[in-house]
Amino acid sequence: MTGLLLLIPVALFLGLGGLVAFLWAMSNGQFEDPDGSAVRILLEDESEGNVRRD
Amino acid sequence: MNQASDPAQFRTDPAPLEDSRFAVPGMRCAGCIAKLENGIGSLAGVVTARVNFSAKQLAVAHEASIDDRQLIAEIGKLGFQAQPLSANPLGRDDKERKRLIRALGVAGFGMMNVMLLSVSVWSGAAGSTRGLFTWLSALIGVPVIAYAGRPFFDSALMALRHGRTNMDVPISIGVILATGMSLYETITGGGEAYFESAAMLLFFLLAGRTLDAVMRDRARAGIESLLRQQAPGAMVLDDNGVTRWVKANALAPGDRMLVAVGENLAADGVVEQGTSHCDLSLVSGESAPQSCAVGDSVIAGAVNLSAPLTVRVTASGRDTVIADIARLMDEAGQSRSRYVRIADRASRLYAPAVHTLAALAFVGWMIAGAGWHHSLTIAAAVLIITCPCALGLAVPVSQVVAAGGLMRRGVLVKDGSALERFAQVDRALFDKTGTITLGRLKPLDLDRLTQVQAAVALTLAQASRHPIAAAVRDELIARGITPAPVEDLVEISGEGMRGIYRGQPVSLGRPASAEDAAGSVTCLTIGDISTAIRLADAMRPDVTAAMDRLRHMGIPASIISGDRVEAVSAMAQAIGLESQGHALPQDKINAIKTLQSSGYRVLMVGDGLNDGPALAAATASIAPASATDMGQQAADAVFTGDSLIAVPVVIGTARRTMRIVRQNFALAIGYNALAVPLAFAGLVTPLVAAIAMSLSSVLVVANALRLTRAER
Repeated sequence: MTGLLLLIPVALFLGLGGLVAFLWAMSNGQFEDPDGSAVRILLEDESEGNVRRD
Repeated sequence: MNQASDPAQFRTDPAPLEDSRFAVPGMRCAGCIAKLENGIGSLAGVVTARVNFSAKQLAVAHEASIDDRQLIAEIGKLGFQAQPLSANPLGRDDKERKRLIRALGVAGFGMMNVMLLSVSVWSGAAGSTRGLFTWLSALIGVPVIAYAGRPFFDSALMALRHGRTNMDVPISIGVILATGMSLYETITGGGEAYFESAAMLLFFLLAGRTLDAVMRDRARAGIESLLRQQAPGAMVLDDNGVTRWVKANALAPGDRMLVAVGENLAADGVVEQGTSHCDLSLVSGESAPQSCAVGDSVIAGAVNLSAPLTVRVTASGRDTVIADIARLMDEAGQSRSRYVRIADRASRLYAPAVHTLAALAFVGWMIAGAGWHHSLTIAAAVLIITCPCALGLAVPVSQVVAAGGLMRRGVLVKDGSALERFAQVDRALFDKTGTITLGRLKPLDLDRLTQVQAAVALTLAQASRHPIAAAVRDELIARGITPAPVEDLVEISGEGMRGIYRGQPVSLGRPASAEDAAGSVTCLTIGDISTAIRLADAMRPDVTAAMDRLRHMGIPASIISGDRVEAVSAMAQAIGLESQGHALPQDKINAIKTLQSSGYRVLMVGDGLNDGPALAAATASIAPASATDMGQQAADAVFTGDSLIAVPVVIGTARRTMRIVRQNFALAIGYNALAVPLAFAGLVTPLVAAIAMSLSSVLVVANALRLTRAER
């Protein structure tokens, strides 16, 4: 019984963590360009090259 | 939105930023992404440039100092062709899909956790553990169901408010009743809870709906990127001789437009200066170019073929011939919106039947003296067990699988309803120019050219934007010819290209004799030797094979075209079809209506502006990717590639899909015939309901997935 009191919150927390991560990824546009993400890994200096921050 | 493409984060100065999107179909690799983002991102006035590789789009946030036309020119310098897209074409649909996916995620989370707790209850948890678990299920289940069920509750409420009933009404009643009963059971500390069934039901149904939305959006995005969307407009010459770009809807009668070779006319008008030929094939279906001289009237949508023209605008915007066609198309499209999808047709029978069954169960058990609580539990069980997973999940799964297969073969189907209508078709009408033919000129006798002639012709053709030059260039490049070094290249408007090759004058252009001046012949001259290159609009590959397959499917075809009767009947005889020539847009609609009133379901295949109304009026319609924007928007499906075999392929796939859908309906009815009596007898426990629901869903989805194998 004491084990349950520990394990159930852990299970719920993990599940909720997954859900929050999914919702964040959705609103953050992580699924906007799946093919692009696959090839962008091959680019060099991607973070500086493509965007001019002024 | 991606961080890098969100202009708000970089807004440091008060000057307002503009967002532009371009379709760049030519990007193929990581190198292209880097080239575009670095090249465009480093321009003066550009704040960010971000490529979406999946959609083949480039989003640019820029200051007002640089405009779309300059950006397209800059993208062109990097070696890509770009077309401007409207600000955010998919904005609204995108929101709908995201809402569904979020609800699906929440339902999935709730279903898994509640199921975890329920399994322990079913496997014999007792006493305080059981109480704790049921309470936990309620704490997770109720908010999850309230959130994930909203798409169904909203739609059911909407239907009830209009005095109708749809599939979402029994779903909503069943879910709310089951949740309410379970909550009551939890609070009173007895009996059984249905939280996991309710969450699972919502998860399955949301999965179906999300698939439907994803399919629609994907096809729409594909078609969006095919559309030329060149903001129609014209260079206008004012009284001081200064030119400026004016958008089509801002043109006013009396304006003088300069129309370069290869450009579309943005408004109706009268020629003031210049003599040229105009290609009206997209507007009227007429294949032979028309000559136009000073004083002749020309219409919007025509392509200027041979020499620059100055045109005085007589009618623009809503008054042009094109706008008339658009109005006709809107009217014709009304009939199609009345089509009722198969799932909705089934639900018209299904919803009342389910409501009656549940009410009967409640009344029956009340009469038998079971008490309102027990009777209500049984009624809820009936609603849960009869919930239409097969209709809600199996139909979209089948259609998404079929549409995915078609997309791999180069056919974009706009939505599930289109697939259902394609399956019904039993008569086909084809347009001629651009549909049975390719709609572009192809040089016929390049084989007669020597290697040197071909190389010189390629160099000359490459330097010109004239449509004939482009046709010659494409064909020569396809044959692997390398260009010869020609010096002093000049383009003489209305004549052609001139140059010097190894000391000899060479030219490619209008033949000297006037008889061939119709525009479908070009003349290559090297020194004293002249060779005529004839061009014609060639037939698409596989036309006869496609017609044969349609005939085998029981779909007789015929041709209806706006071209001259002789041209149409010659082509029809060659393929062995009946034909009608010189048909106006209204005639095409009438032909479809006549066939429809004698019981046929008509498939229209066409590409031009003049086909737009017919494409909208037909039961189902297909357009080639080379079609006008209006044609592609009116059609239910768009095929890329040249081969006409895509048409029977679409019909065949649609019919196979509907066969699977009908099998799934049969499966669903069989499952209900077994499960409903059990629910009626009060034998359905939450465990039985959960098993039955997942089994039936897995069965119909597995059956739908058989389509992937048939696709190969």
